[in-house]
Amino acid sequence: MIPLLRIRDLRVSIRTDAGVASILDGVDLSLERGRILGVAGESGCGKSTLIRTIMGILPNNARVESGEVMFEGEDLLVFSEAELNGQVRGSRIGFIPQDPLLALNPVFKVGTQLLEIMRDHAPEDGLRGRARGRAHVRRLIHLLQRMQVPDPETALERYPHQFSGGQRQRLLIAAALACAPGLVVADEPTTALDVTTQREILNLLREVVEEFGISLLFVTHDFGVVAELCDDLCVIYAGQTVEAGLAGAILSAPAHPYTEALLACHPDRTIGFQGIPGSVPSPLAPPPGCRFAPRCAFAVPVCSAAPPPAMSRSGASVKCVRYA
Amino acid sequence: MTPILRKLSRDLPAMFGLAIVLIVLLVAILGPLLAPYPGDAAASHLLRRLKPPSEGFPFGTDNLGRDILSRVILGARGALEVPLVVVGIAMTIGVPLGLVAGYRRDWVSESIMRFTDAVLAIPQLVLALALAQLLTPSLQSAMLALSLTYWPFFTRIVYAETRRLTGSVFVDALRGIGAGGTRIVFLHILPNTISPVIVRATIGLGFTILVAAVLGFLGMGATPPAPDWGLAIAESRSYLPTCWWFATFPGLAILLTVMGFNLLGDGLRDLVDPRLRRSR
Amino acid sequence: MLRFVLRRCGLALPSLFGLLVITFLMIRLVPSDPAAAMAGDDATPQQIALLRHQYGFDRPIWEQFGVYLGKIARFDLGESAFSHRPIALDIAQRLPATLELIVVSLLLSVGIGVPLGVFAALRYNQGADYLLRIVSVLGVAVAAFWLAIMLQLLFSMQLGWLPLRGELAEATAPPARVTGSILLDSVIDGRWDALVDALRHLVLPAVTLAFGSLASIVRFTRAGVLETLQNDFVFYERAMGYRRSRLIWLYVLRNSVTATVTQIGLLFGSLIAGGVVVEAIFDWPGIGSYTVQAILTGDRQVMLAVTLLIGAIYAAVNIVTDVVHGLIDPRLLDRP
Repeated sequence: MIPLLRIRDLRVSIRTDAGVASILDGVDLSLERGRILGVAGESGCGKSTLIRTIMGILPNNARVESGEVMFEGEDLLVFSEAELNGQVRGSRIGFIPQDPLLALNPVFKVGTQLLEIMRDHAPEDGLRGRARGRAHVRRLIHLLQRMQVPDPETALERYPHQFSGGQRQRLLIAAALACAPGLVVADEPTTALDVTTQREILNLLREVVEEFGISLLFVTHDFGVVAELCDDLCVIYAGQTVEAGLAGAILSAPAHPYTEALLACHPDRTIGFQGIPGSVPSPLAPPPGCRFAPRCAFAVPVCSAAPPPAMSRSGASVKCVRYA
Repeated sequence: MTPILRKLSRDLPAMFGLAIVLIVLLVAILGPLLAPYPGDAAASHLLRRLKPPSEGFPFGTDNLGRDILSRVILGARGALEVPLVVVGIAMTIGVPLGLVAGYRRDWVSESIMRFTDAVLAIPQLVLALALAQLLTPSLQSAMLALSLTYWPFFTRIVYAETRRLTGSVFVDALRGIGAGGTRIVFLHILPNTISPVIVRATIGLGFTILVAAVLGFLGMGATPPAPDWGLAIAESRSYLPTCWWFATFPGLAILLTVMGFNLLGDGLRDLVDPRLRRSR
Repeated sequence: MLRFVLRRCGLALPSLFGLLVITFLMIRLVPSDPAAAMAGDDATPQQIALLRHQYGFDRPIWEQFGVYLGKIARFDLGESAFSHRPIALDIAQRLPATLELIVVSLLLSVGIGVPLGVFAALRYNQGADYLLRIVSVLGVAVAAFWLAIMLQLLFSMQLGWLPLRGELAEATAPPARVTGSILLDSVIDGRWDALVDALRHLVLPAVTLAFGSLASIVRFTRAGVLETLQNDFVFYERAMGYRRSRLIWLYVLRNSVTATVTQIGLLFGSLIAGGVVVEAIFDWPGIGSYTVQAILTGDRQVMLAVTLLIGAIYAAVNIVTDVVHGLIDPRLLDRP
């Protein structure tokens, strides 16, 4: 079966005053229909650039050097801005942002903002004009009910600052689902929330994936959340995919030295670097070959010669010469 | 060169402004040496009245036959003197008031700030016009009126800055080691308020040139035969439209000078407060 | 909402009181003897004493202030020393013309300035942006009275396209006075010829006055839009496929104009001030030319009354901008 989303050998660089920074340098991932893929990496590893590349909203000084982003059989990288806006963003790909307070426009009613998305992207239902608008309101209220937002009718008339953090995130999940997308991209949607709310939102996401028949690309730095939510996992280090496969398999038996080091030094499985010597390399002058090599306990000279190819190993694909 | 000056030197518009300011300053200082007819500050030559620009008189001559180029050059001194004095006096009044209001937290501070707000509640030009008119109209009155209406801008800035600093850990620490109020204010707070004050002063210089020109234009500033730019424009009005050059060149001189100060002020403000960067 | 409005009005009270104190002090503290100044140079000491008594300058200062407040409360602004008419009457007659000029200038500068500011922000650091920045620097630096004369020189005297001065041509009979604004009165009266003529007369003064504020509005809108574009919600809105035109002109702009609205309050002050000379140059029968006339004739009562009036208008405008601010940004209304 063709995956819903498959990214191959994605390389993105950004021109800065200090030189060209290679932010993504060989990202590979694939997401099957109806599954949840966790993309995990510490901050600065290129997660947000990855999301921006998928949505086609890179800053002006960024350039896609190579690779492809195949979505439903089409390469999104060759889409024009108008095509992306008209056929992909909001309609076929929904987005759930990290901080729901900052992501909502503070001076517009929540209903106005959510209906704005449906105005252009809701699936055709044969209705026109006000009838179409009313149908959108009905669908939205229905969705908010499903997301357990209290008082869905009046919620549409309120402003973002009048909701709690958890409620705002529920509003945005509703927004992501409003136009019946095939894929939802979530950018650390629970980091800005407290622990209990976090759990509720994760449960809700799990449920809607099945109910709405979507696939979820879940970007996070938190392995605990991955363990709880994700079917598959893709670990990124300094802009390179280092290991990808079934989440359970990787978490119980990490193959790549980076994943291994991370999981080993943190019993609570929260990413940090205390346990790994050295620091994340600067994207302005990345080490050649495997970017983890300078910090790796198993490094051999060949690691820095060329990027290691992907190796298959018990349900996962690992980019490390140890398995060659 | 300190890093801050190096940064300023990369700001092209600000450098352009600085160049204008320096040129005007030079012209103001060397005026009588540069002017082709330095005597035309006061003299009149009725035989060559209202001549259009020519080789001998690049900017033409005015209603009394005086060379307009010379008068524009000679006018630079007055045009700079007035704002320098005005901003100087306004700073002398406004900065100490701001320091006191900011450092103390009692009725003195309250009354100073209420009064400052009240003065700011009237557009400066209007208040200055009223004041200048109540005093006997003259250049001195105009300068006094402008100073008496400009100080609140400094009080506001210094007040805000002082409040920010007195709330900071470092002033608490100074109090802890037994430093007295006066010492804290003059040695530790005042130096910190200097950069915003300089920025405000630079912008204020440009602004005051404009307002002073309005006063001159209304006959409440310099008196004839002084080579005042605003006054010249007022005098030119009876000779329009034939003598377009009479009004044009003094006006351009005002425009260029004010622009110089504004560009420089904007650049300085960007340095002091990068949050307000207009070129973000 | 009502509570918000009332609170803003309450906040304006101290500065209105301060305004009264300042105008009062200006009469009292100015070195020369107000009675002598009113009486003129040829007055005898008896006449001066009589005036001093008449105006209460010989009574204690607190009492004088009380009397002053009482008069203001009754809209008694005194009498013009030269026309011998009540100043309040003169002002009532002239205020509509001034407001008309200012409002039209403001509409011009907002109507042109906001789109230009957005345009400059979207073309950030490109040719058009630089050009607009230069123009806006010029706009702030130009002396309004000089610009007025230059425009007169070009468009009235040289090209003859627009009238030189006044509110209406001599040949045009003025419409029946209802509001005092020629534009509105022409419409109410159904006098389309007068409307066209009035508009032609309005162009040069309004453009002169608008130029400076146009420049500030472009600057502020540009800065506001650039700042708004940095926000997370803009990324979210793009990621959810908001149509670009609506994203910029509705969702981004409404966030950006809060700064511009504050600016408009301040601009109103500078428009009133700038209007003084512009009205005088274009012979516009408003408060500005009244002020200049008072300056030329040394009419202190009028000067003070005008200062008070302008301060009060300025305070009122600031209340209005705060309320508009609240309407644009609902978060302000919910703040305690």
